[in-house]
Amino acid sequence: MNSEQQMNKMRAALVDHKRPPHPNGFATSLAFTWRALLKIKYVPEQLLDVTFFPVMFTLMFTYLFGGALAGSTTDYLQFLIPGILVQTVVFTTVYTGVSLNEDISKGTFDRFRSMPIWGPSPLVGALLADTVRYTLASIIVIILGLILGFRPAGSVLGVVAGIMLVLIFSFSLSWVFTMLGLILQTTKAVMGISMTLLFPVTFASNIFVDPATMPGWLRAFVNINPVSILTTSLRQLMGGQVNGMQIIWVLVVSAVLILIFAPVTMYLYRNKR
Amino acid sequence: MKNVMNQKDQSLAIEAADLVKRFGKHRAVDGINLAIPQGTVYGFLGPNGAGKTTTMKMLATLLKPDGGTAKIFGHDLFKEQDAVRACVSLTGQFASVDEDLSGTENLMLIARLMGYTRRDSKERAAELLDAFDLQDAAKRQVKKYSGGMRRRLDIAASMVVRPKLLFLDEPTTGLDPRSRNQIWDIVRALVSTGTTVLLTTQYLDEADQLADRIAVIDHGKIIAEGTSSELKASVGTGILHVRLIDAAARAEAQQLLSTTLGTSVHLSSDPLALSAQLSDTDNAAKALTMLSDHQIRVSEFSLGQPSLDEVFLTLTGKPAEDSPQKEGASK
Repeated sequence: MNSEQQMNKMRAALVDHKRPPHPNGFATSLAFTWRALLKIKYVPEQLLDVTFFPVMFTLMFTYLFGGALAGSTTDYLQFLIPGILVQTVVFTTVYTGVSLNEDISKGTFDRFRSMPIWGPSPLVGALLADTVRYTLASIIVIILGLILGFRPAGSVLGVVAGIMLVLIFSFSLSWVFTMLGLILQTTKAVMGISMTLLFPVTFASNIFVDPATMPGWLRAFVNINPVSILTTSLRQLMGGQVNGMQIIWVLVVSAVLILIFAPVTMYLYRNKR
Repeated sequence: MKNVMNQKDQSLAIEAADLVKRFGKHRAVDGINLAIPQGTVYGFLGPNGAGKTTTMKMLATLLKPDGGTAKIFGHDLFKEQDAVRACVSLTGQFASVDEDLSGTENLMLIARLMGYTRRDSKERAAELLDAFDLQDAAKRQVKKYSGGMRRRLDIAASMVVRPKLLFLDEPTTGLDPRSRNQIWDIVRALVSTGTTVLLTTQYLDEADQLADRIAVIDHGKIIAEGTSSELKASVGTGILHVRLIDAAARAEAQQLLSTTLGTSVHLSSDPLALSAQLSDTDNAAKALTMLSDHQIRVSEFSLGQPSLDEVFLTLTGKPAEDSPQKEGASK
């Protein structure tokens, strides 16, 4: 760098290049997706939560409770797999908030925020990359289920449609955690609060057991819990039935989540000091 | 009249009037006015917490001012944020590059966000890495870079599309002298290609080396403004630094020096050291003679540039202190 040559090289690299046209919001979001996926390449441990977690939960619930709950583990699997898929993916959404919080604390986002790009693209890009993780988690659960004896009555199409529905819901739910990621100071706090929110929402649902034996007040909550509605839709889709109303409800909940939490998240993101 | 105003606007990179930013009750930036001509380097000099970074963040559209107006190349900071963002780039105090990615990947990301195709972005990244002497580290993760390399990559990232205005927040804080010189060379090269630079620094030396004009900032206000020689002139022609061998002799030395030099003598936090401003450098020789006549032994005796601390002492009557409020609560 001390030599005159190096300085000339630098001047040459800095003289006006023709500036490419501004990319649209979709292109910039995809650039951020690319960034997030590169990180998986360097830190493959990131995938632990979408690989080990679902495997552990599926095995645990199937063999610990399956017999007691449904008479046999094979019977329970038919009930559990769609539910455990929902649970796994819903839990994975927490990491969206955690990694955003980490990212922001490092100052990288200051640069992105001062660039002439579509404002939400760093967040949308990160969420799209997370969708890749959710897909991976879904595939692992389904494959493990098939190995253990899950035999969905619906076609491959039904299973794929079910997974798509889970992805849509999770993408929408992620905005809650991006919001928390922006409000809270530390990743630990994001993790703690998100888990506190998710445990009741996933366990007070029809993922693990039929709510028929629950007390009335709890059953009322379980029945309106979006996670239950999603799980029911999934069971139906994988079981070869299509219940339009259920699916529409899932989409409505997803839309409402985005409509509320995406603008709040964006507001916080833009005004973050 | 209006025409004259417009012409004036166009020659200025930054024009700000009465910028204010409050964090709760604390006025981090308290009425800052700026008129920075295009193609120059402007330095913000001040201690931590003075409001330098906060002002910079407001001008880079990262923080919303609570009061005042500002124009960047004639674009209103409030109404034309996209136009402002299209001509500025920010290099943060904490390197704003992605530690987990390699040098190439960092630059490619910025290039793609600027609209380059995948292939062109790769080419541009390679060109910049070469220009900033990082070609050997192209594939290495940034977390394995040294501080100087990281800072160079950070600046390179700002140069993917050369901005009209570059914000450099404490570009050399924490760097070794060699890396610091490299960064200085880079800033000079940038300016020679026409980029306007606004930099913050805690070192008078750095502002002196790089900046055409300097604003000294304290408690959110500009307390002095001018070229570095103007500022130094206001502080005095030189500063005499004396370091004794025996701390017990300091009181006597202070007495002697202040009578000989005819100015007040400042006691440093170092129990052996004293410093005084000189209006006339010839007096230094007399002072040395006087000390040796009184058998006060001296380990160091030097005439030097005033430090930031001394500039502050003169301008504010108190040494530069870190404000308890962390600057910009930088998160």
